[in-house]
Amino acid sequence: MNFELTEEQEMIRDAARDFAQRELLPGVIERDENATYPTEQVKRLGELGFLGMLVDVEYDGGGMDAVSYVLAMEEISKVDASVSVIMSVNNSLVCWGVQKYGSEAQKQEFLKPMARGDKIGAFLLSEPEAGSDATSQRTTAVDMGDHYLINGIKNWITSGGTASTYLLIAHTHPEKKHHGINAFLIDSKLDGITIGPHENKMGMRASDTHSVMFNNVKVPKENRLGEDGQGFTIAMKSLEGGRIGIASQALGIASGAYELALKYAQERKTFGKEIFKHQAIAFKLADMAVEIEAARFFCLKAAWLKDQGKPYGQASAMAKLYAAETAMKVTTEAVQIHGGNGYVKEYHVERLMREAKLTQIYEGTSEIQKIVISRGLLA
Amino acid sequence: MKILVCISNVPDTTTKVKLTDDNKQIDNAGVQWIINPWDELALTRAIELKEDSSNTIDEVCVVNVGLNQSDATLRKALAIGADKAIRIDAEPLDAYFVAGQIAAYVKENPFDIVLSGIESSDYNGSSVGGMLSEFMDCPAISSMTKLDVENENIIIHRAIPGGKQILELKPPFIGIVQKGITNEPRIPAMRGIMMARKKPLEVVAAVELDSLSHIVEFELPKAKASCQMIAADQLEELVHLLKSEAKVL
Repeated sequence: MNFELTEEQEMIRDAARDFAQRELLPGVIERDENATYPTEQVKRLGELGFLGMLVDVEYDGGGMDAVSYVLAMEEISKVDASVSVIMSVNNSLVCWGVQKYGSEAQKQEFLKPMARGDKIGAFLLSEPEAGSDATSQRTTAVDMGDHYLINGIKNWITSGGTASTYLLIAHTHPEKKHHGINAFLIDSKLDGITIGPHENKMGMRASDTHSVMFNNVKVPKENRLGEDGQGFTIAMKSLEGGRIGIASQALGIASGAYELALKYAQERKTFGKEIFKHQAIAFKLADMAVEIEAARFFCLKAAWLKDQGKPYGQASAMAKLYAAETAMKVTTEAVQIHGGNGYVKEYHVERLMREAKLTQIYEGTSEIQKIVISRGLLA
Repeated sequence: MKILVCISNVPDTTTKVKLTDDNKQIDNAGVQWIINPWDELALTRAIELKEDSSNTIDEVCVVNVGLNQSDATLRKALAIGADKAIRIDAEPLDAYFVAGQIAAYVKENPFDIVLSGIESSDYNGSSVGGMLSEFMDCPAISSMTKLDVENENIIIHRAIPGGKQILELKPPFIGIVQKGITNEPRIPAMRGIMMARKKPLEVVAAVELDSLSHIVEFELPKAKASCQMIAADQLEELVHLLKSEAKVL
């Protein structure tokens, strides 16, 4: 048992912190309010190697471990979760799947540019009537001999408007249920693809979320990821890793709000003393610190299991559930500690509270995590 | 051409300083160490010059006089882009000792340009660069705000009262770096952090040298008294307090 980070892990955490404080903090309120995509910031994220930090070095990634990824996600999410969700989807949902299941040609063509951050990846699983219930896919990929013909609609797609590469999940053999699902790597510029309007979200407003429609889109045979019928496994395994990313994002949102509240409580005075010296506020901060520390342990444990090559599905579901619930509680308390100031935008905590809500919903709601965890109890 | 950047390993600027050993030592427990901010600017400029293929700078090394707690800081310098790090294994006793150790290394391993920050954020000695120039018998250019290399010529801007001075010289020289030499220190990229694993961090023995000074005591500034608010119409009370308590009238 060892709770020490390596020197390199600390360096990665510090690099992410410096980047977030120096380059993400300026303008974060305006980007959120105006729902402006963080073009420059994502470009820098790529230059610094965060967009492909988990990808092997031979495919232009950073070759870093999952523990380092948790540390970087936390620091970036403290400041701007719109940026960190782009990082999480690119790393753990798209790049991971291509690296794990892709052919050498697919890695050269799709993985390398995404690992460098030259191209952004999006993960197309959710549909109007199928989210975590992935077997209810309506999108079809009909085998036409030399190509697949794709038809259907995907919803709530992070980076749906900006991504160059889609990892799409669709049914080829509906009669085979989940054994009939395939995964595909798709150039987002192909004929027949229509991107729906930008979703006007409550939080993480700077990340662009869209629906994407496929109308007789021809996808070459060699763009299928993995074996015929392996799509469901690819989707579920990708989500297992994705949960570590979103759990770390929730952790960062919580710890970002906590740090702001702790600072504010030492500055703001009522009844002649700093509000931190009122037990009602001090105890709130103590509770927040404990829950954040527990969430951090959950995230690091799941990442550590992944790095050791051990099963981590149960651990990542626990981390995602606990961190998301903690983020919601802690950000709500951070707004409360800030009083009236917490309700206005310039103090950041109201934005963090809106961002926290999404971590309880996407990449599997808290309720879905409980399904995963409870099934795991009997496994 | 080769550049050597002198690196001080200093406590993070947000560290709350505590004293030990009868106020003769800074308590290192829990201190987060960083590259001295002025040295980091010097390093960033050196790496920018190396990356610019239009000049002849092809190697950037960093040197530190310190014990192994400097290693993490030196590896960060490697991750930012330095090619090699040298740690002279000794407690940095004073500026004379540090400059003497670096000079001894540079005499054996010559560099065209040696850069150091104008001061360090721990003890604010502002002396190593000047002493190094004396030890090495080459010019020191202080307060550099711009450094360019054109062929064999070095173009330097210096901040002087009310304006700037522009100099041209040939190496070798010691450059003492002021803010403005580059925009911002670099954030190490994942690739740089990964490549730093394979770069050399050489630990060399210190040469025999005495320090010229020793620390008798540190003193922390007095804690700020709390602010007292006086109502706008209580002028007499204000004057009374300024006289009797603040003793400024």
